[in-house]
Order: sequence, then C-alpha cells, then structure tokens
Amino acid sequence: MRKHWRIATLGVLGAAAMMVAGLGEAMAQNEQFMPRLTYRTGPYAPNGVPFANGYADYLNLINERDGGINGVKVAFEECETGYDTARGVECYDRLKGKGAAGAAVVDPLSTGITFALTEKAPGDKIPLITMGYGRSESQDGSVFGWNFPLLGTYWAAADIIMNYVAQKEGGYGKLKGKKISLVYHDSPYGKEPIPLLEELAKRHGFAFTAMPVTHPGVEQKATWLQIRQNRPDYVLLWGWGVMNSTSIKEAAAVNYPRNKMIGVWWSGAEPDVTPAGDGSKGYLAANLQAVGDQFSVHRDIYKSVYDKGKGAAKKEEVGQVLYNRGLVNAFLATEAIRTAQAKFGNKPLNGEQVRWGIEHLDITAARIKEAGFEGLVYPIKLSCQDHMGSARARIQQWDGTKWSFVSDWIEADRKLLDPMVAAAAKKYAEEKKITPRDCSKEM
Amino acid sequence: MGFFFEVLFGGFLAGVLYALVALGFVLIFKASGVFNFAQGAMVLFAALSLVRLMEWMPIPIAMLASVAIMIVFALVVERLVLRPLVNQEGIILFMATIGVSYFIDGFGQTVWGSDVYKLDVGLPNEPVIILESLFEGGILVNQFDLVAAVIAGLLVTVLAIFFQKTRIGRALRAVADDHQAAQSVGIPLRDIWVIVWSTSGIVALVAGIVWGSALGVQFSISLVALKALPVLILGGFTSVPGAIVGGLIIGAGEKLAEVYIGPTFGGGIENWFAYMLALLFLLVRPQGLFGERIIERV
Repeated sequence: MRKHWRIATLGVLGAAAMMVAGLGEAMAQNEQFMPRLTYRTGPYAPNGVPFANGYADYLNLINERDGGINGVKVAFEECETGYDTARGVECYDRLKGKGAAGAAVVDPLSTGITFALTEKAPGDKIPLITMGYGRSESQDGSVFGWNFPLLGTYWAAADIIMNYVAQKEGGYGKLKGKKISLVYHDSPYGKEPIPLLEELAKRHGFAFTAMPVTHPGVEQKATWLQIRQNRPDYVLLWGWGVMNSTSIKEAAAVNYPRNKMIGVWWSGAEPDVTPAGDGSKGYLAANLQAVGDQFSVHRDIYKSVYDKGKGAAKKEEVGQVLYNRGLVNAFLATEAIRTAQAKFGNKPLNGEQVRWGIEHLDITAARIKEAGFEGLVYPIKLSCQDHMGSARARIQQWDGTKWSFVSDWIEADRKLLDPMVAAAAKKYAEEKKITPRDCSKEM
Repeated sequence: MGFFFEVLFGGFLAGVLYALVALGFVLIFKASGVFNFAQGAMVLFAALSLVRLMEWMPIPIAMLASVAIMIVFALVVERLVLRPLVNQEGIILFMATIGVSYFIDGFGQTVWGSDVYKLDVGLPNEPVIILESLFEGGILVNQFDLVAAVIAGLLVTVLAIFFQKTRIGRALRAVADDHQAAQSVGIPLRDIWVIVWSTSGIVALVAGIVWGSALGVQFSISLVALKALPVLILGGFTSVPGAIVGGLIIGAGEKLAEVYIGPTFGGGIENWFAYMLALLFLLVRPQGLFGERIIERV
C-alpha cells in the first residue's frame, strides 16, 4: 500500500514539475529577453552597482506598472563581468541565445568589452547600446551597423567640455596660449578623447598635454606633482572607479583648484566625490542626464517597485547620477523595442528587429514627458547613418553634499565631429574589409 | 631643483605606504615560509570590517572589534587551510593562499557591501609647504603622508623588536627555517601560525586604515598589494627593515622615472618601472637587499 502511495506521490510531483516547467516555457515564449552585463564586484563595483540598479528598476517598473512593453514582459538576467573584457565576452556568449527570440540588445558598460563585441555583434545580429561610451567613430551607422553610442561619444564629451571651458574663458578665441591637461585612464576608454582634443588644440592654439594613469589608478602622486609644476589652466579627467576619487584627492593635495577640473560623464558620480570629502567641493563634471529622484518616473518606481519590495537599490540611492544613467539607458532600450514592435508586432523580437527599432528611435519631448522623464533627458532621434542622436550634456558641480548644474545643455559641434567620425569609420571599414551600408536605400 | 626634491620626497612617502602593505607579506613569509597571496585581500577585509563597524560603535571599539575579527580570521585559516597542509611544499601553501584571497575578497564584499565607504579616523589631510627658504616656492608635502610614514616607522620598530628580542619572535623564525625541526624541539606550530597570521592581520588593518583613509574603503585597496610586490623583491622577503628601505627606493624610483623619463614614452611608466627596478636588484642580489642568503649544502 505504502509503495503505491509513493508511486502516486512521485507521479503527482512529476506531473506538477512538468506543468511548472511547461508554464515557465510558455511564459518565456512571450517574454522579451534582455541580457544584462553588470559588475557588482571588483574594483569598479561602486560605479557598476548603481547603474545596474537603475537599469533593473526600470525594467521591473515596465513589468509591474505596464505589464511589460505593450504587454510583452521583459525578462532579464545579470551576468557579472567584473569590468573584465574576457569575462564580458563570456557573459555575452552565454546569454545571447537566451529567451524566445534571443538577446534583444546588449549594453556592456565597458569600452573594452564594447571593442571586443563590436567584432562579434554583426555576426550574431545583436545591437550594442553604448550610451555615452564605446568607440567614438561607431556613431557612423553605415560602418558600425550594430553599435549605438546613444546620447554622446567620448569625442562629443570632449567637445562639450571644451565648449564649456571656452564659454568660461569668453570664447574659443581666448583659449590661445592656455594650457589644458588630460588625466586619463590608460585604457581604450581613457585614450578615446585624445584625437578630438588634439584637433581642438590645433584649431584654437592651446597647449594640450595627455597624462596617463595606469589601472586601477590608486597611485597618482607623480602625475599631480607635474600638474602642480605645470599649472595647467584646466585639467580634464577621464577616469573610472577609484581613479576618479584618487585624482580629486591628489588635486586637493597639490592645491589644484577643483573648479578648474572637469570630469567626463563617467567621472562625475557620487562614489567619485564622496571619498575625497571636502576636497571635492567645487569639482566639475559633465552629465548626460539630470540628478535626483524628483521626477515622475521615480515616483512610479517607488510606488510600483519599491513599495512591493522589488527595488534593486537602497531607497536613498535612487536618483544618484549613475542610478539615473542606468534608468535612462533602460528607457532608451525599451523605447527601441517599443518602436520595433510598431513594425514587427507586439511579441518578443530578435536583435535584428530591435536594431531597426533603435535606428528609427524618435523620442520626442512629448514622449519623454509621458514616460515620466521630463527634465531628466533630452529628446533623441536616430537614423541608419546617425547612431548617436543628440549629443548634449550639462556641466554639474559638487558642493560637498550634492550636484548642481552650472551650465545649460551644451551640444557637441557636429560640424567638427562628423568629418572626424567619417574619416575614422572609413579607416576602420578598410581595415576590417567592411562594405558600408547605403543608408539612403534603407528605410 | 626644488621640484626634483618634491618628487623625491613624494616618492619616499608613497614608498612608505607600499611598505605598510609589504610588511604583512614579510611577516608571514618570515615566520612560515609562505608567500601570502591573500595579503591585499586581508587589507581590504580589515578596512571594510572597521569602516562598517564604525557605523555602529565608537572608533576605538570598532578598531578593537576589527582586531578581534582578524584574529578569528587567523584561527580559521590555521584550522581550515594551514593545518591540513602542514609540511607540504611552499608552492602548495601559496596556492592555498590564492584560494583564501579570492574567498575573502568575495566574502568581505558579500558581508560588508561593495560601495565606497569614506573612512575618517582623524588623520590630517592638509598639504604643507616646507623648506621655503631653500627652494623657491618650497616643497609641498601632504600631512597625511607624513603621519603614514610615522605609523609605518613605529610598526617596523615594534615588529623588529618582536622578532629579534622576544621568545615568540625567535620561535617564529625557527618555524620559518624548518617546520619539522621546529616541532621536534617543542615549538607549537599551530600556535605560531595563529600568532603570525593574527599579527599580519593587524598589520593589514593598519595598512587598511591608512589606504582606506586615502582612497576610501573599496575593493581597489586590495590591489595595492601589487604595489608591494616590487618592494618585497627589492627589500627581501624576510626583512622587516628591508620592506621600508625597499619601499623608499621603489617609491622614489618610480616617481622620478614617471616625471623625468615617462614623457619620452608617453607617460604611465611608473608601474612597470617599479618592477624593472626590482628585477635589476634581483639580478644582482637575488635574496633582496636585506634578505637572508640561502646556503644549501648538497
């Protein structure tokens, strides 16, 4: 008798397991999969964590508040890269085939990983969204068909920052004879702005010096003693992680004025300034989006995600610089899927379909307001040729406790950027034997 | 000329900070012949413990609690890692410390979090100008570096006395020479290992306080161990004063190289230059400047 009971129990459990598995599979069939390459451990975790949290919270908001993107739930899985290129590529390979239609879009949050995936993405037909980072020439969609450096590249960032410097000095004409130094992370990321800054130095007659700092950037005394000796008029900072806070501390140690130090948008978050304490006061940095949790989307996140205990971050971290950057990044990615759904239907889409969505992305001020991002981000419109869209940023200043904007939106000079991008993209196409797409024929 | 001395002095002070981390390596190597790969991770773990405990209790209590944590850590390492591997080859023990390193890196961040934590134990951080009468504009020195140098000096003095003048110190050195021989004359190997790992844990805490105050407590401070390696090669793995002298030479050498040779190579040479400098010393004096010469009879 007991034996029969056991068999019956096992049978019921087996059937239940099959039903659950089947249900899971059925659900997965109607889910849009988004792989998440994150780094929550390692030397860059203090910067990687808030970004990942903002991204996760927005995807959860879409699911909890709206039931998904037009009813298609978003499934996402994080893979820890540790900001390591090899591990990033491994994560990409592991996750690219998951979900009903494979990976919709990949966001590596690492220039090194982006460089590696730029070679792989075309073969896999998976778009890479690299908002505010990646290869600067990947703005050219005719050559870099799968890269999308939305909202700005490092060349755009350098131009925007120099535009701000020129404004402070009374125009580009006043930069002649000035000294500008770049303290940069000695990696593909840190080297990106150099060609643009050299070009600007040539055009406007200022002296430009590039000073590398080796990974991870915990020791910079020699660099800052040279800065103390040379006294550049401005120091641009292109760091990431501990390098940023160390630079600010060293600047304070050699009495270099922090209000003459301007960081790129990856060198201007809370983890960059808080370790230096009062030494950070006055420090400037570019920012692609607004700071704070006063926006409509944050209210929705608190209500639909955090009040249900599903928030990824601590509540007090919602609205921080990198949290909001993750939020905006997720917004752009999901809007691209939404755009693609209008053509391909409300179902899980593959990478190729999502790429179409990104290339036809047109996020107007009205749509930004509707989505709760009014004041947080600037409108953006992309095309087959232009994979960056608008390239605008504001300069913010740290007052010891919070960031405040000290400039209006500054737009990168496309007349300067576009020829440089075209030349670099052409060179890349020749090296890699890529036949550029004819964007005039693509709709 | 003033600038040269500023770089030189800055290099010396940076070197002292490296030496603080190198000391932890020296202690364990000197007493057990094990190259402890986990020293950097121990610095991070100790600093993370302190900074998070400071959120709950006054600084002195948090420091004592952190010392206690590092002693418990030493007990656990001895019981779970070293004891089963007693009398194994040095390379086996080295591999074990790699495992310990990765474990405490991850465990520390899991327990204490992976944010950047500001550590303020009251160390001064204002730059001062000295020798203005000798050099135009004077030489800029950070008070923080000076305090760190004093801390390192005190630590070296205490450790040197401990090793040379105490019974335990002599026992530690005996164990380092030969585990089995030391055991045969009644030296309790387990106790010695616990003592040396505890001491190394406390040195890691001191290094963690200094580096954590400078950088904020975050994962990256575990990477300062990389800066200690050339110091060890140069100063010798078994010499406490060697760690300091090695630190001074490496610190000054790399800073001067970065400033005066670096621009020729596009900058950013100080990391590899430190290793190259250490390698040159290694070729001439393999045991390091102050290391014990190993003579083996065949």
